[in-house]
Order: sequence, then structure tokens, then C-alpha cells
Amino acid sequence: MMNKKPLAVYIHIPFCEQKCRYCDFLSGQGSEQLKLSYFRALMHEIGHTDGSHYIVTSVYIGGGTPSCVQSMYIVKIMDALRARFEFAPKAEISMEMNPGTVRKTSLADYKAAGINRLSIGLQSTHDDELRRLGRIHDYRTFLNTYELVRSRGFDNVNIDLMSSLPKQTMEKMEKSLERVIKLGPEHISVYSLIIEEGTPFYRLYEKGELELPDEDTEVKIDRMVRRTLLEHGYERYEISNFARPGYECRHNLVYWSRGDYLGFGIGAASLLGHTRFSNTRNIKKYIEANGMSETNVQKLTVNDEMGEFMFLGLRKVAGVKEEDFENYFGKTMREVYGPILEKQLGMGMLTYKNGRWAFTEKGMDVSNTLMADYLLD
Amino acid sequence: MDMSHIRNFCIIAHIDHGKSTLADRIIEKTGLLTDREMQNQVLDNMDLERERGITIKSQAVRTVYKAKNGEEYIFNLIDTPGHVDFNYEVSRSLAACDGAVLVVDSAQGIEAQTLANVYLALDHDLDVFPVLNKIDLPSAEPDRVAAEIEDVIGLDASDAPRISAKSGLGVEDVLEAIVEKIPAPTGDSSAPLKALIFDSIYDPYKGVIVFVRIMDGTVKKGTPVKFMATGRSDEVVEVGYFGAGRYIPCDELTAGMVGYITASIKDLKETRVGDTVTNSEKPCEEALPGYKKVNPMVYCGIYPADSAKYPDLRDALEKLQLNDASLTFEPETSAALGFGFRCGFLGLLHLDIITERLEREYDLDLVTTAPGVVYKVYKTDGTEMDLTNPANLPDPSEIEHMEEPMVSAEIMVSTDYLGAIIGLCQERRGVQTGMDYIETTRVMLKYDLPLNEIIYDFFDALKSRSRGYASFDYELKGYAPSQLVKLDILINKEYVDALSFIVFKDSAYDRGKKMCEKLKNEIPRHMFEIPIQAAVNGKVIARETVRAYRKDVLAKCYGGDISRKKKLLEKQKEGKKKMRAIGSVEVPKQAFLSVLKLDDE
Repeated sequence: MMNKKPLAVYIHIPFCEQKCRYCDFLSGQGSEQLKLSYFRALMHEIGHTDGSHYIVTSVYIGGGTPSCVQSMYIVKIMDALRARFEFAPKAEISMEMNPGTVRKTSLADYKAAGINRLSIGLQSTHDDELRRLGRIHDYRTFLNTYELVRSRGFDNVNIDLMSSLPKQTMEKMEKSLERVIKLGPEHISVYSLIIEEGTPFYRLYEKGELELPDEDTEVKIDRMVRRTLLEHGYERYEISNFARPGYECRHNLVYWSRGDYLGFGIGAASLLGHTRFSNTRNIKKYIEANGMSETNVQKLTVNDEMGEFMFLGLRKVAGVKEEDFENYFGKTMREVYGPILEKQLGMGMLTYKNGRWAFTEKGMDVSNTLMADYLLD
Repeated sequence: MDMSHIRNFCIIAHIDHGKSTLADRIIEKTGLLTDREMQNQVLDNMDLERERGITIKSQAVRTVYKAKNGEEYIFNLIDTPGHVDFNYEVSRSLAACDGAVLVVDSAQGIEAQTLANVYLALDHDLDVFPVLNKIDLPSAEPDRVAAEIEDVIGLDASDAPRISAKSGLGVEDVLEAIVEKIPAPTGDSSAPLKALIFDSIYDPYKGVIVFVRIMDGTVKKGTPVKFMATGRSDEVVEVGYFGAGRYIPCDELTAGMVGYITASIKDLKETRVGDTVTNSEKPCEEALPGYKKVNPMVYCGIYPADSAKYPDLRDALEKLQLNDASLTFEPETSAALGFGFRCGFLGLLHLDIITERLEREYDLDLVTTAPGVVYKVYKTDGTEMDLTNPANLPDPSEIEHMEEPMVSAEIMVSTDYLGAIIGLCQERRGVQTGMDYIETTRVMLKYDLPLNEIIYDFFDALKSRSRGYASFDYELKGYAPSQLVKLDILINKEYVDALSFIVFKDSAYDRGKKMCEKLKNEIPRHMFEIPIQAAVNGKVIARETVRAYRKDVLAKCYGGDISRKKKLLEKQKEGKKKMRAIGSVEVPKQAFLSVLKLDDE
């Protein structure tokens, strides 16, 4: 086989011990029986995929909480993938986990399955904040998990933190950050809390019972986070992601660069060439269809793709490259977006350097507003 | 049918006292045709109408009532628009009647419109008899209200039918009373034709359908007619009368009758309400009194939210004008809003009706500027101009003085809220001209007020300050000199022509300040700070600032599912489309109406 195309693979594990109060991901509790049925369907879905034209450069097992299901499921999935796809020698294979759901033996299984990057959902180092979020763990539990992970030789670890939490202060965020930095993970994500419809947090928010920090505090905290992380060798490479050089999450970069990716499991999204598609979000239907329930196929128009190229690409601190745009679309970026680029440049929201357009730090803060300008009719 | 068996009447009432319910009951309890008509070929004609799919929305209905004395009577019930905007139309409809049924809510009693309508009817020499409605309400006090009618209006209410139009109770009594108390029409069918136009509508099949009351003479197919005010002459194509929901052609209309004529007329402007129709070969000596050409009282700019829809807006306005001769419009251009029209209306309700029809029936998304009245500007060079658009106000140095239209208003209010309402009228620059106690607890206030103080939200303010217990009616009363200035609004240092308005000098600061506050709330935060200023003659008198936002939602990653993010961005983009760009500021279309809502706090 020659000229195989690179592919990123996403696996969705929709199970959690308990749903967090801010979470609107496709996840929930499930009985052992449901898990068994789900994984059977998932294996079937993978098993019926023709992977012969692709070479897998990254796998991302997300959720939900992949670490809350028996590790043998993860092992089997990796086996199934390897049976259908050729893997690149240094493929990045990530898995998400939550403190308090990880056993020693599981870690050995993950390692054996080839998982080489772990992403731990810590969110905060303060137990009161963790409780408010509805997390099942405290800071101590996290420390145990982290130690365990390191002792098992995982050398590419991400820690998730959240900012803009209810009642969060500068001091609390500084403290969380300081503690995490001291642990020395290779990668740190800091997501702003988003109040999503349908979550318990949303209902509290509607009632005015969620004491969120005001905008000025938020902005100050964000600045402090960026400054502190940079001082400690973590470079921001995307709106919410920071890494030691060379440890950027390659899988996520595929999403933002519009590389091909294939998702397995409920709600999993895929992009192959000019087509986006995703699986059913209904676990019952997914199981009934034995994993073969592809729905929601969207053929992208050139205008769709141009918009995506820009708004996904501009999430990256490195921004978008004019040359890539022209190579892909046969038109220059300036032909399509000239006035918008100039406008945002003039406002100090965008920079242009060596053929690349990228948001400034100020631009990153208001990226939603700026990105909307790039959608075409 | 001889004249003694015709009753031409209208129903008058305060709003919500049950006028249209009673009208519906009357139509239900009477017939469409007389016995004799039923034996003729009328039905064939009607079927034809039906095939052509014409349904009519008529200002008048002809029904047939078989009275207790065994005789058949023709009832012509003529509807009167129930709003002061259409006062002239009301007066012409009343002129087509011989009597009026006054409906009074027996719980609420007399209200401002009750009185205004009664006086208007009496001015037209109509015989008025009262009906006490809603007697089935627990709060009904028919005896008290009957006494009130006698004391305040001076009508005999001793044998007023006590009814519930809603349940149909007592409606028969009303029908009998119409026969007994409304006089039969008078007139001479052999005299030269003299007919009053009380309405006309445009029908795509028949052309203009002219609604007439025949005062004297006879009109039939082929009669050469002349419209005396507009001078137009035509030959009648069809005459007929109004069945419930359909036109019923007939051979001729004679003195005392109410019906319609058609004559291949394409333009409603040729058949103005109030004009007299006569026979051009045998004309009457003089036209009926009371005709006047109605002029718009309120103007505003109407713009398509999407500027590409400008031709659609023009087409829609032209179509609406086919059936509404009092609507005027001419193209105008605004730096802020692009191409649109300056439209003239009889009043604010008329404006609301038109904009709603444009949006609903023609599916247009509109931006409307603040309505204004017509000011008279007397210039230093001795010339005079009617100002309908604040943008056209000459430089202050060229203005000798200005005048604004005034109204005389009658407000009925319970004594509990008297202070509040007097306060309101004073705020609105009102001058009290009278205060009469109707009863010990109710007062009729009379005020002269500038029209521009009442067109925006006076009615709402009145309702809220009186907890709904005040009622209100007004009529125009000419022009009076006034100290007026143009208030300009600047958004991010740019003049927004569409937000300028004329205001009483001493109110400029308050209005400017409120306007800035209002706009501050209407304009979404941007990535930069936006000053909002109010200025008079280039001098800033008030300022607010829309703070810049510094952060919008930072996104998380949904395992490659970008659909939600995309939706969010699309929503944001759609939102922007509904905005108007003033320089680099996106202003939502509601902001242009915010001047209207200055007093709703």
C-alpha cells in the first residue's frame, strides 16, 4: 500500500459515575449491561470500517469518562482499531480519565494497549469548588491518581483546569495553577466555564443563584493564567490549551486544521474530505443498529469549507496560513476575506506575519465575535 | 320596499363595551333577503359572486328583520371605525345613518369615548337610544348606569333594553327598538341624484366599489354619475347592497337606501369618503355638506431591514394604498438606514395597522423611525413650510418661528387618580380647559395638548397611571406657536439622521438623556467603547457610554463535533444581519424605535 492518507480517530465513551453539574457532553451513568451492549456495538462499528486507505496518526478516547469502564473494553477497542487500520509508528494515543476512577491494573492495561497520553480532568484544586461543580473527587484523590499515572511511566500527561467558576477569585485560581505547575504535566488546558442549557448550572444561573465572577475579574484571571503558564514554559497554542514545546495535542490540532478524522461511538463526528457526518446521539438506537447508525451527513460547499478553515484555524495561536488556503481552495485568502482581515487587523484583533494571519491576545478574548465574520452565505 | 321599512343605523360604544358582539347577534337573528327577493333571481347573481370567490369585508351590512308587527324591515347597519385616527371617516359614516344604538357596559358605565361618540352622533342629528349591555356580569349595575346615562347624556334610559350581547339575552328587544326608535329615512326618489360616499374599497374584479347612502334620487346600471369633489364622471356598471359577507346586485338604489355602485374606477383617490355622487346629466344643486380632504397627521420613515427589499416595500405600499387613500408615501434616503419611504398616516393606530400589515401580509422586516407630527416652520424670508421629516428642518438662523398641531382632549377619570392624570397632562404641556364632575367619583377633564405629546405613549401612560380607569378621546384643534428644537443623536460620534426628532425646547434635556439611556440598553456591547450623545444645535446635552466587552465565550472541544460552534457563530452572524451599521457600530432595529418608549419605566 502506498500513499495512505493520515487519519485521526475519535472514540466516544459516554459513561460517567455521575454527571457533573455544568456538563452537557453526551454522557451519563450506565449499567454494566448497557456498557456491555454499547461496547459490542462499538466493536461492530469499528470492525465494519474499511481502514485500508488510511494511516492512523492519532487516537483520542474521550467521553464521558473512559477510565470509569473496565479497562478490558479499552484494550479491545485498541485491538479492533489496529486490526482495521495501519498505525503510524509514533501515533499519539490519548485517553481522558477522571481522578478516583483509576486502578493500578487499569493503568497497566492502558499502557499495554498503546495509550501514550493521558488527560486528567482535575478542574480545580479546591475541594469546595470541586463540590460545587459536582465532581466525584477531591484534590487528594487527584494527587493519588497523578502519582499513580507517573509511576506507571506515562510521560505525556495533560491536566484540565477550569476558570470563571462560581465564587472563583484570583487567589484561588493562582493557587490551583501553582499547584498544577509544581506537578509538572506536559500539557495544561484551562477552559472557561460555559453555562450550557439543560444543565443544573443553567437552572441556577437562570435563577441568579450562580455567583460568577464579573467580567473584569475573569479577564484579569485569564491574563494571570496565561502569564504564569508562559513563565513556566507552557506555551499557549490554542484558545484554551497550553503545552511544553513538542507536547501540543496532535489529535486536537487535526480538528483545527481540518485534517481527516473518523469518530466511533454515539454522537461521534467525522470529517472525510468534503463531507462531515456523525453518529446518532441516541444510545438505544446505536445499540439496536449495532453501531451502524451513521446519520446527519453534510456535504460541505466551498463556502462552508472556507468558513471552517478560518474559524477553526484561527483558534490556533499560530493562526492560518495564506498558502494553505490558496492550495486548498485555489483562491487567495485576501480575495475572499480581504475587507474582514483588514478590519480586524485595524482593530488590533488580528496580526499578519510571514504569510500567517492570527488573532492577537485581545482578539482571542473575543474570538466568537470575530469568527462569525468569516462565515460565508 | 318603501322607505318607511328601512332603518339606517350604527352602533356606538366605548371600546370593549360590546359593539361588535351586538352587531354579530343582530346579523345572526335577522335574515339575508326579503320574502319577495327570495322569489326573484337574486340568488343566481349571488352564486356568480360566489364562483368568482369574492368575499367582502364591508363597512355596512344589510339584513332583513321580521318585526313583531309581522312586517319586514331592512336594517342597514353601518360600521364606524372606533378610533380617533379615523374621526373623519366616523363622521361620514354617521352622516349616512338616521339613528344610532348606544351600547353602554352596565358594569363600567359611561366612558370618554361613549360621550365623544354620542356627541358626534347628536351633531349629525341622529336619534340615539341606549342599550345596557353585559347585564349578566356579577358587577353589573344597570340601574346606576341607566341613571348615569340620563344625568350625563340626557337620554331617556328608562326603557333601554337590558341585554347580554354575549349570550344573546334581550337582543330581540334591541331589534324591536330599532324599528320603533330609529326614524325611517326621508328623501325624494324622483329628485336629482344625491348620494353620500361613506366608504370605498378596491376590488380586483370590479374596480373601486363605492359605498353610498342615497339621500335623494335613484341610481341604476347605466346612470351617468359625477363625483362632485373630484369631478370624475362615469357610467354606473352595477348597483347593489351588502349581504352578510357578499355583494348582492340589484336593479336600482333609491332615496333612503344604502348600497354600493361600481363604475370601472381604478383609483380610490377618485372616490373620496364624504364626496357626493350625483347624476351628471341631471345634477343636484349642491353637494352634501361636510366633505373634506383628509391629510396625514403623523409621519415616519419606513425602511426595509434588508435593503435589497426596497422594491418589495414599494410594491407593498402601492398595494395598500389601493385600499387606503389616506396613506401617503414618498421615497427618502437616510444615511443610517439607506433607501426607504417617508409615510403619512392619520394617526398612530393607522401607522401601527399599516406597519403590521406590511410585516405580516407582505412578509417584510421593517425599520421604522420615530413618528412625528407635521410642524409649520415660518422662515425669516417670509416663506412657510410643512415639516414632516426632522432632517429637513432649516438652519435655526433661517427660522422665524415654528408652530405645532394641538388637540383638545377629554379624559374621564375616577377621582382616585385625578391627581396622577392632571400631573401627566401637565408633564405633556397640557392646558386645562375644563373639569366637570360626572358623578361624585368621576371627573371629565378637558385639556388642550400638543399632538406630539400624545402620539407616542400618552394612552399607555394614561392607562398605567390610572390603573386602567381613565378613558380618553381627542380631536384636532389647529396650530399654535411653540419653542421647538431638533434633537440629534450621535452614536460613536456619528450623527444618526434616523434618530433625530423635533422636541419642545424645555424637554430637550430630559428626552435626550432618556434617549441616551434607552439606546445604551438597546445597543449591544462591542469590542470597543461606544459613546452615545444627544445634541441640540451641535451642542452635546447628554451622554452615555456602552462599555466594551472584553471577553466572549472561550470554546471547548467536542471531540471534533464542530456543529454547535458553527451554529453559535451562525446565530451571531444572523444577529448582525438584523443590525444596522452606524460606522463600525451594529445597531439593532429596535433601537430606532426606542424614542417611542421613553416613558415606560
